[in-house]
Amino acid sequence: MIIYGVALLSACLVAGMLIGEGLGIILGVEANVGGVGIAMLFLVLACNSERFRSLTEGAAGSGVKFWSAMYIPIVVAMAAQQNVAAAIDGGVLAITAGVAAVAVSFALVPALSKIGGAPEQEANEEESAP
Amino acid sequence: MMELLETVFVRNNLVVAFAVVGVTIWLSYLLANKLTAGRIHGSAIAIAVGLLAAWYGGVATGGSRGVADFALLSGIGLMGGGMMRDFAIVATAFGAQLSELKKAGLAGMISIFAGVIVSFIVGAAVAVAFGYTDPTEITTIGAGAVTYIVGPVTGEAIGASDAMITLSVAAGLVKSILVMIGTPLVARYIGLNNPQSAMVFGGLMGTTSGVAAGLAATDPKLVPYGAMTATFYTGVGCLLGPSILFFIVEALF
Repeated sequence: MIIYGVALLSACLVAGMLIGEGLGIILGVEANVGGVGIAMLFLVLACNSERFRSLTEGAAGSGVKFWSAMYIPIVVAMAAQQNVAAAIDGGVLAITAGVAAVAVSFALVPALSKIGGAPEQEANEEESAP
Repeated sequence: MMELLETVFVRNNLVVAFAVVGVTIWLSYLLANKLTAGRIHGSAIAIAVGLLAAWYGGVATGGSRGVADFALLSGIGLMGGGMMRDFAIVATAFGAQLSELKKAGLAGMISIFAGVIVSFIVGAAVAVAFGYTDPTEITTIGAGAVTYIVGPVTGEAIGASDAMITLSVAAGLVKSILVMIGTPLVARYIGLNNPQSAMVFGGLMGTTSGVAAGLAATDPKLVPYGAMTATFYTGVGCLLGPSILFFIVEALF
């Protein structure tokens, strides 16, 4: 049943949002602290758990996959209802932030790839040991 | 005639939004393939078209909700609102295998966190350099530099103004497009020619569409490795943005 997957997805989001909102109250900030991220964590855990297999496979899984595929269309709708007219003055800031983030991230690729050399070798050794 | 159209469109506004967004995406993918030979992913063009339309909507109606302020397109507001957005983002975590994360190894995992944190710091630093002093605003721009979805999720969670949220979407879109175009150009200089570096690359950049398109243009064999880590990036961003990263910024400003 497709609705089972949709219900699982909904339950994850509601649970994440409740925890996020609760964390905000506990920490005394007016914010939903990481709610969406926590919800994603729940869904990943559910997908990787035997107990939830019936809710993540077959037709039930299609219910979640549908909404996953609707992500980009929904982001497009989100973009279309932004207050661009009010934000246009900050356009240079947005472009600078985007460009700078990419430039720094590009520069970090070689450095982190080097760090990565070690664990991969370890993994190979483990595989070849027995 | 106009009245009839309005009655039907307004009464079925969400359904109208599905159709309008569908056509927009179809056109955008057509443009992406014909004009840029797929170099810029259709999704990026569609989002850019969305922002452009929102700008027109704001100017034409004087409202603050982009095209959603046109009565005929009010469903866009529902479809692209916070609830549907969060619902769809969470759904993208579906199918993410924790075993994939193990395969990505320590380097992959470090790159995901480093990618989110570094992009955030750079974005936040740029905001500060532009004279922003409100921690909410600085955090939202920093989160936008993570991805165009972490920006609005974070911004809304911490109560940022809609103009700041819009800027964060724009920053994320710039990042995404730049990764698409720039990756094949810099690949040689950053050693992007093996699965290991592709995984690190995916984790550092994080923008799924940018990573997929950028790697495809560099070497299609690398795409699955980049996607492996990029999948987790948005989740980590949504987790850290409106929490630890926001608290750090708040403590500093």
